[in-house]
Amino acid sequence: MFIIKHKKIFISISVALVFLSLVSLFAFGLKVGIDFKGGALTEVVYTGERPAQEILDAKLQTLDLGGVLLQPTGEMGYIVKSRSLTDVEHTQLLTILSNDGENELTETNFNSIGPSVGRELTRKAIIALLLVSLAIICFIAFAFRKVSKPISSWRYGFIAIVTLLHDVIIPVGLFVFLSRYYGAEIDTLFVVAVLTILGLSVSDTIVIFDRIRENLNNQTNVANINFSEIVGKSLEQSYVRSISTSLTVILVLLALFFFGPVSTKYFALMLTTGMFFGTYSSIFLASPLLVIVEEWQTKSARKS
Amino acid sequence: MRHKIASVLLVLILGGAVSLFVFKSEPKLNKNFEAEKSFFKNHPFRLGLDLSGGSYLLYQADTSNIDSSQVGDQMQALRDALEKRLNSSDLSGVFGVAENTVRVEGEDKIAIELPGVTDATEAVNKISKTPLLEFKVERPEGEPITVKPGLDGKIDENALQAEQFVVTELTGRYLKKASLEFDPNTRAPIINLQFDDTGTKLFAEITKNNIGKMVAIFLDGSPISTPVVREEIPNGEAYISGAFNPAEARELVRNLNYGALPMTVNNISTKTIGATLGENAVTAGVNAAIIGFLFVISFLILWYRLPGLIASFSLCIFITIMLTLFKLIPVTLTAAGIAGFIISIGIAVDANVLIFERIKEELRSEKSVVDAVSTGFSRAWFSIRDSNISSIITALILFWFGTSLIKGFALTLGMGVLVSMFSAITITKIFLSVFNFTGDGKVARFLFSSGLTR
Repeated sequence: MFIIKHKKIFISISVALVFLSLVSLFAFGLKVGIDFKGGALTEVVYTGERPAQEILDAKLQTLDLGGVLLQPTGEMGYIVKSRSLTDVEHTQLLTILSNDGENELTETNFNSIGPSVGRELTRKAIIALLLVSLAIICFIAFAFRKVSKPISSWRYGFIAIVTLLHDVIIPVGLFVFLSRYYGAEIDTLFVVAVLTILGLSVSDTIVIFDRIRENLNNQTNVANINFSEIVGKSLEQSYVRSISTSLTVILVLLALFFFGPVSTKYFALMLTTGMFFGTYSSIFLASPLLVIVEEWQTKSARKS
Repeated sequence: MRHKIASVLLVLILGGAVSLFVFKSEPKLNKNFEAEKSFFKNHPFRLGLDLSGGSYLLYQADTSNIDSSQVGDQMQALRDALEKRLNSSDLSGVFGVAENTVRVEGEDKIAIELPGVTDATEAVNKISKTPLLEFKVERPEGEPITVKPGLDGKIDENALQAEQFVVTELTGRYLKKASLEFDPNTRAPIINLQFDDTGTKLFAEITKNNIGKMVAIFLDGSPISTPVVREEIPNGEAYISGAFNPAEARELVRNLNYGALPMTVNNISTKTIGATLGENAVTAGVNAAIIGFLFVISFLILWYRLPGLIASFSLCIFITIMLTLFKLIPVTLTAAGIAGFIISIGIAVDANVLIFERIKEELRSEKSVVDAVSTGFSRAWFSIRDSNISSIITALILFWFGTSLIKGFALTLGMGVLVSMFSAITITKIFLSVFNFTGDGKVARFLFSSGLTR
């Protein structure tokens, strides 16, 4: 099986991508959206003429709102980002945006989130992340409770978790890129995407490990197991299935990305990447890693 | 063979019934929608605010004065008061017939959803005009009074006065009716308050225990009337005579009748989505679902041939079952919810692909087609179960995480995974089993193979 033969190349690709993602994450960081830090976003569209940005910028200074960011959007609109607004401040802001009534506008989107709400959501998001990770680790432990020779079951679990991290870190790296160049911000959907990737990617790895386990059990001559050959054979049997199942999910996700609502575009893109690398990792990373672990084990066994 | 045909018929009837239901209850598909029975009319898709356009308001209640065992009860009363206020006939002109929802969120928050209302100012004003009515009694002597001086170093008279009283259980919650009367001697306006049964009991108790003392009636945090109790009042009627003119009094009576709040509330979060934005999101979501579905069935039929065709058919039934459930439960659909549903379409196919790959393997080991189909199904089941468990775990935790956005996603994804386990496996199996290929002719083998092989 060529994947096992060239395992070092595939593992290197994964390591490089994860490294790149982590470096960009720490170098550029992620923009946190108002869902989590609190704040307000006001989006308006003008029915007639759009007032010049300088005029509005100058007028916005008169409001006591701290830092206000005014960005043009589309042909006829503006987005205003500020701290969370009270009802009175909101009305004042709209008056200013309409250039004191000179330019008619409709408010298409207004979202104001108090800091306490944001804090609570952050707390919940962290708890949800921890819970999902914990539940999946328990699930992995359960799924591999019966595997033993020639590699102990916790090593399968450990590799499954390494793969899982790989599958999550790469889409997050992509999000750093989106965040830097397209202004994407971490919102609730980002957290949902990460959690969904956790759920979807682990199952793929498990199916292949399952196959390896089955083929190991079928070996009659226990003394003479060629582990890498069995892993190769298992891969050969399951890679078509792996690719076509994730292909169906990726197809619908791509439809969602290209044709779906604007609000779920980044979400669909992150899931697509997660799905893609989830499949990549279960074929090109998890199983080769398994073989490497086995090789190390036999080497150290021979030495001693 | 006979019971196989019966199962096929059953599936067809089920599929037909759900399709008919979706068709009949959807005004965009059914031209005679107006003439349908109310059962069909009463089950539209329920769209979330991000799709229908509308406003979302989050209020935090000040529960610091309330005994902790009472908070839940009081929040419910607050919710009722706000709902009554928003849905009162006087305001329906503004809010139309859309279903406003008011619900308690967490321990001390009230979430208000106003579908179709793209200018929340009106609603916010109505709520801010809702009077806060409290009855307080004199603070027992000896208890210290603390009042912080204001910014100008002076002590606010209202605050000082407020500190002289302590809260009782009697609040606007127990108000049944308010009406305007005039003092026969002075012609000054008097507001008559009529309590409900609980309120009457509470008021009787308060007056009985405080004879000779003041009972203060607080409106929006400041005392508007501080009469001295002369005797117990058992009939549940109280009067406010204060320094207001007839117009103010009339306004106050009207506001009191729309419901008075048991505690103060503050707006901590507002969200408004314009109608066009929501409409675009619906169109885009539906398009994405249709295109995604077409991608998937073309892949299935081109790659998996006959089983692929059958899988596409069971996928159609899966989709109509899901749509029916969305209508019947009903599930509030959001953009994220539609995304969850679309992903579940992918997962539903996943199960079928697993089965077909197994069947193919069994065929390679020179089994007959019939045997290959039945062993393929039973062997694939464990993989399907395992790979769905992690999705279900995620969906459950996400549902608990629960802002409405995420709940929508978790619910549709979780439902999708569960329904797909039924539809993908059972329906596909029933249909495949009717194609009772006894022979192992080339045609049968071709139809059950996949990919580019012959």
